[in-house]
Amino acid sequence: MSVLLIVEHDGSSVLRTSLSALRACVGIKEKSGGEVVGVVAVSDRQADEVARDLASFQGIDKVLVCKDARFAHEDAEAFAASLVSVAPSFGHIVAAATFYGKNLLPRLAALIDRQQISDIVEIVSEKSFRRPVYAGNAIATVESKEDIVPLTVRTSAFDPVETREGEAVIEELPVPDGAKHAFGEVVEETLSSSERPDLTSARIVISGGRGMQAGEHFQLLEKIADKLKAAVGASRAAVDAGYVTNDYQVGQTGKIVAPDLYIAVGISGAIQHLAGMKDSKVIAAINKDPDAPIFRVADYGLVADLFEALPEFDKALE
Amino acid sequence: MKVLVPVKRVVDAYVTPRVKADGSGVETENVKMSLNPFCEIALEEAIRLREKGIASEVLAVSVGEVKVEEVLRTALAVGADRAVRIEAPRQTEPLTLAKLLKSLVKKEEVGLALLGKQAIDGDNNQTGQMLAALLGWGQATSVSKLEIEDGKAQATREIDSGLQVRAMVLPAVLTVDLRLNEPRYASLPNIMKARKIPIEVLTPESLGVEVVERVKTLSVVEPAKRESGTFVESATDLVAKLKAVKVL
Repeated sequence: MSVLLIVEHDGSSVLRTSLSALRACVGIKEKSGGEVVGVVAVSDRQADEVARDLASFQGIDKVLVCKDARFAHEDAEAFAASLVSVAPSFGHIVAAATFYGKNLLPRLAALIDRQQISDIVEIVSEKSFRRPVYAGNAIATVESKEDIVPLTVRTSAFDPVETREGEAVIEELPVPDGAKHAFGEVVEETLSSSERPDLTSARIVISGGRGMQAGEHFQLLEKIADKLKAAVGASRAAVDAGYVTNDYQVGQTGKIVAPDLYIAVGISGAIQHLAGMKDSKVIAAINKDPDAPIFRVADYGLVADLFEALPEFDKALE
Repeated sequence: MKVLVPVKRVVDAYVTPRVKADGSGVETENVKMSLNPFCEIALEEAIRLREKGIASEVLAVSVGEVKVEEVLRTALAVGADRAVRIEAPRQTEPLTLAKLLKSLVKKEEVGLALLGKQAIDGDNNQTGQMLAALLGWGQATSVSKLEIEDGKAQATREIDSGLQVRAMVLPAVLTVDLRLNEPRYASLPNIMKARKIPIEVLTPESLGVEVVERVKTLSVVEPAKRESGTFVESATDLVAKLKAVKVL
């Protein structure tokens, strides 16, 4: 049986989170056989560029393009309804465990009457997978008893695939009339634009917590991030306090990251934050409280006032 | 408009969960249990809608053994009007939950379902979306701001790259995120009063739903432990150490 991958894009290119999910699909295909088919929901204007980009990646055997003006914005209801007819020809239906994938896949799973498995970090067999539960304080091995398994993939657990020579076949997947009901309409989007690498794919992440004390102090982190080509993240406390926007949040219910280096600054280390970063290869923590729980997961801890430590850290990089 | 708020009893957010020695799951006996924080936020929002005159009634529901009535009592104490428990084995899968909830929505003629975006035990983030699919309703997930007027909802959603405002036709299913509101505490008199409110008990059979296991848990283990680290003396030392292990 083949694997269907639901692919996210930014209007022209495939997102790296989907390329990590594609790596998982290739792993499933090794056990299940068949093909890996990537499907995108796009507006007419975006269709060619996105489809060609997707077709250029390793592991993709076929691209399905679901084209409709409504897909200029995320529309989980219409996309899920469009996938119902093709779903039975697949053994697995996969999406990255991003806000987008989490919104869409359970809807599709319910429409085809199958139970989804969320946030897998390891493929054990064609039907069994490992996934963290309880904010990563336990790892469950679960097995589906069903013929079609909808899965979301924790992207930090799978390396994104690269491009290759040649392209996969591109076909259209029509949006059925029944899928065109308007349940809602996107009236506004406030998207963060940053020149820095994306949080979920950066090699280095530097995050600030409540200890940063004010939004403008994040400049101290940004200065270092720019030198290291790092992404900037935050704890829930820093987002709740309004220092930075929600898309910075690392944690159980925010973004899950596993960079080569995670630097936690002024973050105490609540289990909900640890859930989002404790699989990082190396963790460094700067906090003035020597008893902060963050030090229990840190490889290198520095007990210091961050307003003195960060300028010194910055200087030592030169 | 009647608002349905499903609530789940989970290991308290401030307790570090412990894996059972036999690998069958996480210890929930003799552990502090609470109302799932996301459900608490959904409940608070529903109560505020009633206080504004938008909702006519807030109906709390929980699925599980008698013990889950604890969180229904909590829901009643903070302001839910009625509570229903659906009798079921302890861990009900999201799709089955969604089927039970769908049946209740129909039975009670609910006009809006407000759910937490996920429970902090299973971390599935599925039930709301599945409920919306089964009802044929629209959905807005991870809602951090909500305005309802003239039968339409304007929901601000947290998405990967920022915020998205979606105008929703009602009825709809909304799942809520952390920044939507700050839930109130129950007052002692209200806690006492809530003890006397009867909780209606329904069975899956009476709702026409068969409870089946579609995904089997084979084992639950502790995650790999990180080796304990070392403290450094200064930021300059820290940079030197990070360079030595080649991550800088």
